[in-house]
Amino acid sequence: MIMEVRDLSFSYPNGRKIFSGVNISLEAGEILTILGPNGVGKSTLLNCLANLLKPSGGEIRMDGKNIHSISLREAAKILGYVPQTHTPAYGYNVRDFVVMGRAPYLGMFQRPSAEDYALADEVMASMNITKLANQPYTEISGGERQQATLARVIVQQPKIIMFDEPTNHLDYGNQLRVVHMIKDLAKRGFAVVMTTHMPDHAIMLGGKTAILNRQGNLICGNTDDIITDENLQNIYQVDVRVVEVAEAGGKVCVYAKSDASV
Amino acid sequence: MNIGAEERARQLSGRTMSNAQYRLLLTGMILALAAMIIFAMCIGRYPVKVVDVVRVLWARLKTLLGAAEPAKNWDPMSEGVILTLRLPRIIASVLVGGALSLSGAAYQGVFKNPLVSPDLLGVSNGACVGAAIAILLHLNDFGIQALAFLMGIGTVLLTMSIPRLMRNDSVTMLVLSGIIVGGIMNSVMGIIKYVADPETELADITYWIMGTLKKATSTDVLMVALPILITTVLLLAMRWQINLLSLGDNEAKTLGVRIGLVRGIIILCSTLLTACAVCICGTIGWVGLVIPHLARMIVGPDNLKSLPMTWVLGSMFMLVVDTVARAATSLEIPLSILTGIIGAPFYLYILVKQRMKMS
Repeated sequence: MIMEVRDLSFSYPNGRKIFSGVNISLEAGEILTILGPNGVGKSTLLNCLANLLKPSGGEIRMDGKNIHSISLREAAKILGYVPQTHTPAYGYNVRDFVVMGRAPYLGMFQRPSAEDYALADEVMASMNITKLANQPYTEISGGERQQATLARVIVQQPKIIMFDEPTNHLDYGNQLRVVHMIKDLAKRGFAVVMTTHMPDHAIMLGGKTAILNRQGNLICGNTDDIITDENLQNIYQVDVRVVEVAEAGGKVCVYAKSDASV
Repeated sequence: MNIGAEERARQLSGRTMSNAQYRLLLTGMILALAAMIIFAMCIGRYPVKVVDVVRVLWARLKTLLGAAEPAKNWDPMSEGVILTLRLPRIIASVLVGGALSLSGAAYQGVFKNPLVSPDLLGVSNGACVGAAIAILLHLNDFGIQALAFLMGIGTVLLTMSIPRLMRNDSVTMLVLSGIIVGGIMNSVMGIIKYVADPETELADITYWIMGTLKKATSTDVLMVALPILITTVLLLAMRWQINLLSLGDNEAKTLGVRIGLVRGIIILCSTLLTACAVCICGTIGWVGLVIPHLARMIVGPDNLKSLPMTWVLGSMFMLVVDTVARAATSLEIPLSILTGIIGAPFYLYILVKQRMKMS
């Protein structure tokens, strides 16, 4: 078990509970997709898992270690995090940006060595983004920026990679490309956790799905068992159906025609 | 579309210089700085020949290293002018320019904002209050320097303690705290100016605020040289961490950076640099804001390259400005006036140039 979460809960200091009793277990090479309505606390949950927020209770073990009893550096060698796409203040070249993934392996006074740059180059070549190497990170497209960030997290060589809504702000084609990139990561042995608003992405990724509902409880299981008409209607409050489509090679989510509430 | 990409890559190649090009450029700039230092020693009301400058400095260096006093085959007046008047002042200007620029670049990285200057957390405001109090108390020059230094550092510590009290370690909280503390210091400054004797004290305070190296002596230089050297080396050694911090708190944290510690060290080093500079020459505007921009324009935003470049450019800029300040007219020109007149339009030029590249 690469990641094991037991009885995790989070409340704000004013007592407002976001979630409680969260249990998750994930193997290497497995994908977990977290779904949930707006404002329910998906990001809070992901931030707790990513070691950015301290949960109010419970335990997170990654690679056998309690994430809160090891240093940030040690944690960063196990856990990589891909934030939502944003434009940073400085336009570092993509190569200089990608090499920052080596940070957990370098001391405070160290700089990346020739080997670190070589690893960055190798990863960029394997992703076919070598042409971006000398372009400023601020001047490439959203899809390219997502690829650059992914390259950085691979250079970091973690065992688990977490994505905060990786398909946000991307066009339809780039969304599908990201889904394929994530599937590919799982094939290479990374465990992946991601949040999304698109149940179809969960279906395409397979593996496990978790739904955080309005009561702050997490239902977690195999995607096939979790993505059902009833569960989706429950979280999104619209008439959604999961149907088999031959062309898609499996299930897809569609809006029911009879639905008058939308 | 392919042609467009190639065209774009070609346009951008100006800012993506290779390591070899960068090293050559930096070495060239350091040699140019050395040449400018020697040239600046010749300039002034009492002109000195370049040969004499080189001879005097060389002889001085040899005696410092333990050689016997050589025969003096130059004008003794030149030696006095070079060693006691110009050398301390020129070294001071190089140290001050480098210090202000470097701390500006570090602040801009840590606060993820290229519009930030080293006064953000109140070091200059505090130093002004310290110097003004010292002037009101009729302390000597050393007293003014000491109080300016202490108040500058103290103000930043006060600014940094507010987010701790609020249990909020975000950058926004720190910036707001800087605005609050800076505002209070400005008011205190107002009170001091109001009660100061306009004939003597107020004139001194105003003159100090505008900045000058007129009074810089070799003792001053020796006093600040060591702290400036240590903090400069520390900042340069940590410059890759500035890259990481500039990504934002969450990203830096997930890359394993202990943001509180690293940011704290960088802010303290930068603050010490600014405080050292300010206490020997008063407040000088624009340098810490503009020079880092210029460096990034030349070598790109990667702090591994832009930080050393910032230091060299800042030193050169201040050397030129101070030489103009002391030699252009018979009257000493306050430094802030010159840095403002040169710095502000230059900043506009950078903005226009960047704007054109973006569109």
